[in-house]
Amino acid sequence: MPVIDTFHDEETLTLTIVAEFAAPRERVWEVYADPRQLEQIWGPPTYPATVVDHSLEPGGRVTYFMTSPEGEKFCGLWELTAVDRSARLEFRDYFADEDFSVVESMPGSSCIYRFEATETGTRATYESVFDSAEGLRTVLEMGVIEGSTGAINQIDDLLARQ
Amino acid sequence: MKGLLDDEADALFQALADRTRRDIVRRVAGEGLSVTDLAADYDMSFAAVQKHVAVLERAGLVTKRRVGKQQIAHAEVGPLRTIRSMLAELEDQWVDRVQRIDDLLSGDEQAG
Repeated sequence: MPVIDTFHDEETLTLTIVAEFAAPRERVWEVYADPRQLEQIWGPPTYPATVVDHSLEPGGRVTYFMTSPEGEKFCGLWELTAVDRSARLEFRDYFADEDFSVVESMPGSSCIYRFEATETGTRATYESVFDSAEGLRTVLEMGVIEGSTGAINQIDDLLARQ
Repeated sequence: MKGLLDDEADALFQALADRTRRDIVRRVAGEGLSVTDLAADYDMSFAAVQKHVAVLERAGLVTKRRVGKQQIAHAEVGPLRTIRSMLAELEDQWVDRVQRIDDLLSGDEQAG
């Protein structure tokens, strides 16, 4: 399994995931730098993601929507605060309306992604700090919950294609 | 999916909109309590208490199991998500997402 460690901090509403990939960090970075790759990994197959704007630089925005099986769209956006190519990505993740304006009433989260080179590839550390428990709840209720079995099916699909 | 969630939320809020039912949830959390013992504490018929328990069961807040002749009611705190359980759920999503990244990266190798 590529996930090697996870940490929860209930006090600070922080979730940290550590993963290792057998690819150089420049390649892992590309997953985030290329909107077509980002949308392949962001949402579960039942809630496919579509990246609209993609400006991966400090002050830039990445906007996306996820489509439910019923065709309902859930919009989100990242506001990039720090970008260190191949090494670090920091952003605020917000819920957005259909015009990609931040929904102020919905709590967001602060994310820091770090990529370090290892002997065998890349160690990625994904840290998300939620503004409030409601933010956490909303993320879950966006329906992304459905992912688990779908993702397994998608892996099978990918293997079958290769 | 969305509809299902809304229905679940409706059932949950309706179940908890009643003072007796909220009290039942508190009392059967942890160890659980037989419906008979539970009914003895309320100024209403056994059937009425049983009906409240049934509403809570439908909302997924309470489960019943049979122990001998007793029906033990037990509160399911799952629907009342805790921060811990939400972080755990989100962690599952991340495990899936990381798997998708790994998949995408392994795809290069096989293609190349």
